[in-house]
Parts: sequence; C-alpha cells; structure tokens
Amino acid sequence: MLPVHLQFPIRGGDFHSAGEASSGMKKALSKLGVDPSAVKRAAVAMYEAEINAVIHAGGGEADVEIFADRVSIVVRDHGPGIPDVGLAMQEGWTTAPDAAREMGFGAGMGLPNIQRNADDLTIDTTVGAGTALTILVLFRRPAPAAAAAES
Amino acid sequence: MKLCDCVDLLHAETLVPAKDMSTEIRVACGADLMSDAMAFACSTNEMMLTGLVNLQVIRTAEMMDVKVLVFVRGKRPDAAMVDLAREKGICVLRTTHPMFTACGLLFQAGIQGKGA
Repeated sequence: MLPVHLQFPIRGGDFHSAGEASSGMKKALSKLGVDPSAVKRAAVAMYEAEINAVIHAGGGEADVEIFADRVSIVVRDHGPGIPDVGLAMQEGWTTAPDAAREMGFGAGMGLPNIQRNADDLTIDTTVGAGTALTILVLFRRPAPAAAAAES
Repeated sequence: MKLCDCVDLLHAETLVPAKDMSTEIRVACGADLMSDAMAFACSTNEMMLTGLVNLQVIRTAEMMDVKVLVFVRGKRPDAAMVDLAREKGICVLRTTHPMFTACGLLFQAGIQGKGA
C-alpha cells in the first residue's frame, strides 16, 4: 500500500557503503514501475545528498516516501550545517577534504546537481546542528504498480 | 556501434561481460570527476570511460544507468568493484589507452557525446 516508506542509515566517512541507500531507493522505484527518467533523476539527486552526508556531516539517515506520482526524499544529518547556502549552491564551491576528491567528489557540484535533478529542493540547515535536504521528484506518468497499489 | 566492436577497437580486456555483447552503444562520456559526469552527462550515456578506480565509480554508473564502464590508462578495478559491477549488471572493460585516445577512437567510430 502507498505511500511506501523506506528508511536508510548513512554512515559518516564510510566510502565503501556510500551509495547503498540511494541504490535501495532506486531499486524500489524501478520495482514499482516508475518511469526510468524519473528513477534516474531521483537516484542521482539522492546519491549526491548521501555522499554529502558521508563527506561533510558524519553520516545521518534518509527517509523516502513513494507515492503514485512522486517520491519525497529527506536526507538528514547532524553535521556542522551550511553557513552560507547561497555560496554552497554555486557550482565549484566546496569545503570537501582530499579524501572526497580522491573518490571523484568534492568538486562543488553536489548541491547544484541535486537541484538540477529535483522538481523541488528544500534546504533546512542550522550551523552546529545539522542539515536536512528534502528532495521532491515528480513522475511524468504514474507508476503502474504504485497506482495499482494506491487504488 | 556494437559493444563487442568497442572491445576490439580499444584492445580492451573484458572484466565483466554484458549479457549481450552485441548491444548497441550510441552515446558515451569520459570523466574522472563523478559529480561532473552526473551533472553534464546524465541523460543517455550507455558507456562511461574513466581513470578513477574506486567503488563509487560503480555506484555512479548504477545511478546513471550506464551499461558499460571502461577503465582507461590500464587501471584495474579491484575484486570488490568487479563484484559490485557484476551484481548491478554493469559491463566492465579495461584498456591501456589513455583517456584522450580511447575517447577519440570511439568518437571516430561513430559514438557520440551527449547532445550530439
């Protein structure tokens, strides 16, 4: 029955398991028959958010709610927060450590990539307390399995 | 271009075969920065060439629905990467060509970049 609610832990600094949460969400969307372009946008957006939580914030958790026409993804961490969101949204601006760059991230593309792939992005951040990103991705056509489950 | 012809063209070693090696490859990208790959090449790439060797390359390919990964400059992915790629159904190739040459050979043979 919808909405499908999924929760994933995100382990800070663990580049080995980074991406498992996004992979789980992607698998769930595909299983419900969501159109592939929406699946890809949701996967890329969540993956960037997950990587950010791994790199910058000592981990956190992801809450995913899947409806017939959309998916809502909340990635929450208890890290240092973002002092200047406007600056963080600029492509190329980064505070990532070398370890992140060695993994192919930390180029200052994370938040802009999330914005690019989301239909809506809300950033709720408090310096010293953490950040919650709420990512909304709309499906261009209702997911068949999801719609059936909802009716 | 058929995937098996890409293998021949790049003199590549196949580390994880595709289910169908005659599948058509039409669009590719080359990147060592995974965020760049996701930002500028996210739409239709069937193949990604990279010199970066870590698990997140496989994850990035998974998120982007990339079907084939080509490691350039003779880079060799470790067993964990190969296992994850196999689990995700991602074909993995390895070539000794540098990035520029590998991309050039594929482009010359008709494989396009995004937006072409």
